[in-house]
Amino acid sequence: MILQLEGVSKNFGGLRALSDVTFDLPEGQILGLIGPNGAGKTTLFNCISGVYTPTEGRVIFRGQEVTGHKPYDMAKAGMARTHQIVRPLNELTVRENVIVGSCFGREGNGLTAAGRIADEVLKFVGLDGRRDQLAGSLNVGQKKRLEMARALAARPYLLLLDEVLAGLNPSEIGHMVEIVRNIRDQGVTIIMIEHVMKAVMSVSDRLVVLDYGRQIAEGTPQVVANDPQVIEAYLGDPDLALRLMRDQARSQEST
Amino acid sequence: MNSPQDSSVVGSAPKVSWREALSQNAGAYVGLILPLIIIALLTIWPTVTGKDITRESIFTIMLSIALASSLNILLGYTGYVSFGHVVFFGLGGYVGFYLMAVQGWSLWPAMAMGGLAAGLLAFLLGKAILRLRGGYFALATIGVNEAMRAFINNFEPFGGPVGMTLNFQVYRDYGGAAQALRMTFYILAAITFIVILVSYFVRMSKFGLGLLAIREDEDAAEVMGVVAPSAKTWAYVLSAIFPGILGVLFFFKNGSIEPVPAFRLNFSIEMIVMVMLGGQGTVLGPILGGIGYQSLRGYLLTSPLFKNIQLAVAGVLLLVIVLFVPAGVVGWLRNRFPVLRRILQ
Amino acid sequence: MDFLFTSILDGLMLGFVYGLAAMGLTLIWGVMNVINLSHGPIISLGMFGVYLLFTFLGMNPYIALIFVALFGLLLGIVIYFVAVNRVIDAPHLSTLLATFAVAMIITGLGTAVFTASPRNVDYSLGSVTIGNATIPVTRIVAAVLSVLITAGLYLYLHRTRSGRYIRAVANNRSAAELMGVPSVRILALSFGIGTMLAALAGGLISTLFPFTILAGGTYELKSFVIGVLGGLGNPIGALFGGLILGVLEGIIPTFMPATWVPVLEFGLFVLILLVRPQGLFGAKKS
Ligand SMILES: Nc1ncnc2c1ncn2[C@@H]1O[C@H](COP(=O)(O)OP(=O)(O)OP(=O)(O)O)[C@@H](O)[C@H]1O
Ligand SMILES: [Mg+2]
Repeated sequence: MILQLEGVSKNFGGLRALSDVTFDLPEGQILGLIGPNGAGKTTLFNCISGVYTPTEGRVIFRGQEVTGHKPYDMAKAGMARTHQIVRPLNELTVRENVIVGSCFGREGNGLTAAGRIADEVLKFVGLDGRRDQLAGSLNVGQKKRLEMARALAARPYLLLLDEVLAGLNPSEIGHMVEIVRNIRDQGVTIIMIEHVMKAVMSVSDRLVVLDYGRQIAEGTPQVVANDPQVIEAYLGDPDLALRLMRDQARSQEST
Repeated sequence: MNSPQDSSVVGSAPKVSWREALSQNAGAYVGLILPLIIIALLTIWPTVTGKDITRESIFTIMLSIALASSLNILLGYTGYVSFGHVVFFGLGGYVGFYLMAVQGWSLWPAMAMGGLAAGLLAFLLGKAILRLRGGYFALATIGVNEAMRAFINNFEPFGGPVGMTLNFQVYRDYGGAAQALRMTFYILAAITFIVILVSYFVRMSKFGLGLLAIREDEDAAEVMGVVAPSAKTWAYVLSAIFPGILGVLFFFKNGSIEPVPAFRLNFSIEMIVMVMLGGQGTVLGPILGGIGYQSLRGYLLTSPLFKNIQLAVAGVLLLVIVLFVPAGVVGWLRNRFPVLRRILQ
Repeated sequence: MDFLFTSILDGLMLGFVYGLAAMGLTLIWGVMNVINLSHGPIISLGMFGVYLLFTFLGMNPYIALIFVALFGLLLGIVIYFVAVNRVIDAPHLSTLLATFAVAMIITGLGTAVFTASPRNVDYSLGSVTIGNATIPVTRIVAAVLSVLITAGLYLYLHRTRSGRYIRAVANNRSAAELMGVPSVRILALSFGIGTMLAALAGGLISTLFPFTILAGGTYELKSFVIGVLGGLGNPIGALFGGLILGVLEGIIPTFMPATWVPVLEFGLFVLILLVRPQGLFGAKKS
């Protein structure tokens, strides 16, 4: 198990954003984390990556308890993440952004080695043409890829992807999904928060569903998609429910 | 599972050929050329003209450059606005001056102790106030400076409100007052030289990259693994040590020290203005800023037209810079002429 | 004991005025997150406003305050559009330096016109005796006016439409914009009210102590301390912060040399920033 969550809960004042989230994640898998808006998915990432300290519960990463550790401790321990709302280092170049990821991530590379890794990773995510541009001048899709590149350059054991597909056009989505598969094939474990159901269903080995901070379902995409509780949770968000079911039907047709 | 290290995409770092390394490193020093030439010119200029008055005005310029460059490590690279940075200049100056005037130490060890005292204060303070962000940090540094000034004002060993004076005899050890004066100039030149090198190597190092990341987005930097609390503290310490040393040198030359001039808040703000004027976050910026600011000030103070309203004129200029050229001279040039980026670091 | 009583009473009276002086600073901070470094020079202008109207036009100082307030309001709006609006969303350094530049301009011109020599408003209303304490009536009037102005500000912020807009912008500017609040105008108005309060405070202080064109600087530093005591961004808290500072200044000298007052003040200031940056009275926003 690369990651174990035991009863992770998080309160913001009176609001219980997460309550008692518990699951294990084996190495090498892609775990899809889904749920309606405000379900607590990003908050869970923040609890795992050390941005927030969980109010209750434990986070165990690669056999070590890391509850309440600082984000930089988690980065050094081999965890990397992207942000739902992109956070480029605006006044640094694209390449420098990625070098930061490599220099301060798990491997703690020197500048020269990090530069090499940055060049490779940028090519991999298709940003090599823009490496000397200031990160602030990229468009949103490119910034998403930059987030991804920075995280990859750290060479993490566990990669947390927060809605990397949101706001991308269909062809970009296809490209990004390829990238995610590719990363997994290289042995990196991934947790992926996603609203684009079709993509997350097709790419994930397992899904965890959050609703109002509670974990309402867990299992393979097939099982989860047929879970009445999940359908109900999404019915609060009819659009999504509809899409979920349509995607589901389509994927059944094709099999 | 196969470990991520031996994958192709994020594969291990390829070996860098020595040739490439050399050319890269040679490229890395290009940015040093201009700063060093300027410092060298400033250093020899008084000898060329042979006038003491030139040396005096260049002393002021060089002091400004060294102080602004030190501050730039925190302000420009790390993005923390230290409004009360003069506290390090004043405290270092006081500690060194006390050692010279009361304990009979000579200049060198006194300077070392001044730097040490400033660095230590920054280290202790840094642990506490660098947690504050944005305006709160700026306010705290003002508070620290005012508290320190008020404290020294009451601190009898340092002479309280009257401060301390150096016995004129002290200069005899350095070959007389005139000789001592000349000596302080060359010491200052050497320190400025070192400050520029430090500033440059910090800028080009991994440590410096971490600082820039903190400046751009501290939370994101931490998520990427930058250990912000310690990086910030060291940046603060580095940016405090040189003002501490320079304080000793300045007040040694001055011959006396008092709380008000030692902890003058406006002096801090002048340093910030110089950094802004030249271009924060660059090595060359504070150098040009120091020269530009002091020349302008000298001009305004002596010009019959502006003499009386020099402060107001300086204010208008500052406002224009802040509003229209926030990146400073160097930043503006870098944006305007990307080709020059390598030279204008 | 009597001595202590006098000191506390004295400190309290002064504290109200201090509170008023800090209120403008903390209002501006609360609404737009700007530390207004031209605060001190504007306090000085308020002093000179009352001084000039009183000395050369023979106007009653309290009537003069009305003109000073109007002038402060207009000046603030002008400063906002000239110096602040363009950098309102830039990093903190920009607004700090922009307002500092304004401070340089005001101080520079002020020194050129008025020189740095001390002035005073030669106006007295006699004094009253409470117990053993003798208090000049101008002080009592200054304290009462400070309280009234604070109450007026409170009512304005809570009872009028533009006041509510100001609070909405302070709370969350982008949300307020979405709801149709004209944010630039509200920001300018807030800045104007902030400087108006500073000028009023200066005007009141001029009836109490002699001053120079640079005197505002001292009150600016005090305002920082008070703002932090009462919670930056909480204008009403500033009044309490002012009282605390006033009382401290009153009683500290009774048991240690007065020169230690600023050491304790600024030590306390840094300490509170560290442990309770939202101020002693909790709420972060007005
Ligand atoms: N720092 C915070 N302070 C207070 N409340 C917060 C904070 N962060 C998140 N919340 C609240 O916690 C809940 C969960 O938010 P979260 O961002 O984790 O949802 P999410 O599942 O990522 O939603 P989305 O799909 O919209 O990204 C929301 O109600 C949100 O308002
Ligand atoms: Mg989210």
